[in-house]
Amino acid sequence: MDRPAAVDASLEAVLREERVRLTAALVRVLGDWDAAEELVQDAAVAALEHWPRDGVPDNPGAWLMTTARRRAVDRLRRQGRYRERLAELTREASEMDGPMQTGGPLAADDRLRLLFTCCHPALGREAQVALTLRTVAGLETPAVARAFLVSEATVAQRLVRAKRKIRDANIPYRVPEPFEMPERLEQVLAVLYLVFNEGYLASAGDAAERRDLARDAEWLCSLLVRLMPDEPEPMGLLALMRLHLGRAAGRFGPDGSLVLLPDQDRATWDREAIVAASDLLERAMRMGRPGPYQLQAAIVAVHAAAASYADTDWPQIMALYDRLMGLQPTPVVALNRALALAELAGPAAALAEIDPLEERLASYHLFHAARGELLRRLGRHGEAAAATARALELTDNPAEQELLRRRLRDAGT
Amino acid sequence: MKYMVLISGSESWEGIGPEERKALYERVAAWWNEHAQRGEILEGHELQGTETATTVRRDRDGNVTVTDGPFIEAKETIGGYALIDVPDLDAAISLVSGWPAPEAFEIRPVVTSREA
Repeated sequence: MDRPAAVDASLEAVLREERVRLTAALVRVLGDWDAAEELVQDAAVAALEHWPRDGVPDNPGAWLMTTARRRAVDRLRRQGRYRERLAELTREASEMDGPMQTGGPLAADDRLRLLFTCCHPALGREAQVALTLRTVAGLETPAVARAFLVSEATVAQRLVRAKRKIRDANIPYRVPEPFEMPERLEQVLAVLYLVFNEGYLASAGDAAERRDLARDAEWLCSLLVRLMPDEPEPMGLLALMRLHLGRAAGRFGPDGSLVLLPDQDRATWDREAIVAASDLLERAMRMGRPGPYQLQAAIVAVHAAAASYADTDWPQIMALYDRLMGLQPTPVVALNRALALAELAGPAAALAEIDPLEERLASYHLFHAARGELLRRLGRHGEAAAATARALELTDNPAEQELLRRRLRDAGT
Repeated sequence: MKYMVLISGSESWEGIGPEERKALYERVAAWWNEHAQRGEILEGHELQGTETATTVRRDRDGNVTVTDGPFIEAKETIGGYALIDVPDLDAAISLVSGWPAPEAFEIRPVVTSREA
């Protein structure tokens, strides 16, 4: 769908918020994802026609629901479920017409239902991602395809299969019970962080859709935080995303090349955004239920607070990695912890920590890149070049490839 | 909604001593009876090992061949099944999650009316 140029950003933001509420309510009332999607699409097109001309209505959600309801009438009549469903839609429209603004308890429930169902563990991770972006974030199928560098047909098929499984296996449309919540929330957060990283780690030359994924994920996460204000981990993830975004301007040099943390120009960082994200993290931490996302955000916050790389509070970073290892003892966390150790105790100590990880991280390019750097600092140049070359083989990110080639060239001179 | 629950062969029971095995069986039986009484488990059985399996294949022309062994060539085999009747997939997941022994389950919705 091409958007008319006249539609300004604030109108798009309103539409994005309201379209999730509409989708979420329609899926519940109709019990049919495809039908809901089509009605939402129609209503959104109608909004983009009318709102720029007539102004955004006082209650945009009710406007969209009324529009969708009108279009639903024909469909439901054809399907012979007219009376019962129409009565429900009418009730829905009048409920939305009340003074309630975005975030009322009823609407909140529906949006959580939608998000948790899209990220149901009975769906594969790729299907969870596609469904969340298409249905909750409202991205068009071609945009999802371009962002994930796969064909439109592939994304379309993932969506069809996911929706078919929801229907055929009868995956319920509901918010998980408290006893299921930790595991189910983890699924949602993993999907959001995966989407964020797809965008954030994209290189400077990548398509705009790809880089926009980071913003889409940030928006989805902020929605989750508004819907579950008492859960600290979504807030921790949101802080983590915002801390990364606050430093995004320093990640690429003027020529589009990747700049790593020690060499970044900290004047390019968005101080205001970093302070706000750190405050948000503190709010999450005050709830007294630490988790992996809060700890990762805390590590990034310590980096972001340092005036220069040399001023980084390494003991604090080590303490946070130790806590993270306690909660999430993965080889990747162990690798990052070892890199912090290199700053405190030198490259030899760090190398001793990461060598045992080799078997499990053999195909992880950052393992070999980090090992190459540590070996270089130890003056073991031959081994360093071999490790860097291995990292280069394992990544297909152009900006990372360029950085690794630069290292190999510098080592050769 | 009816689901067929395929229960993995008891490879995960290997290395468990006879006493503990007996205790596990008793707990599984108690669990089974409880859910059968509630009407959630309609029927089911433990199956004898794949060494007792016979495969019969019938092709389009009606030719029948009989061979020794299971037709699923896989590391995991089916050790039993339960036909259950619960409201939705989450209820099915929650039901089998309560199985009081280490095991894997495959939950498949039963076809009730074939769509054109």
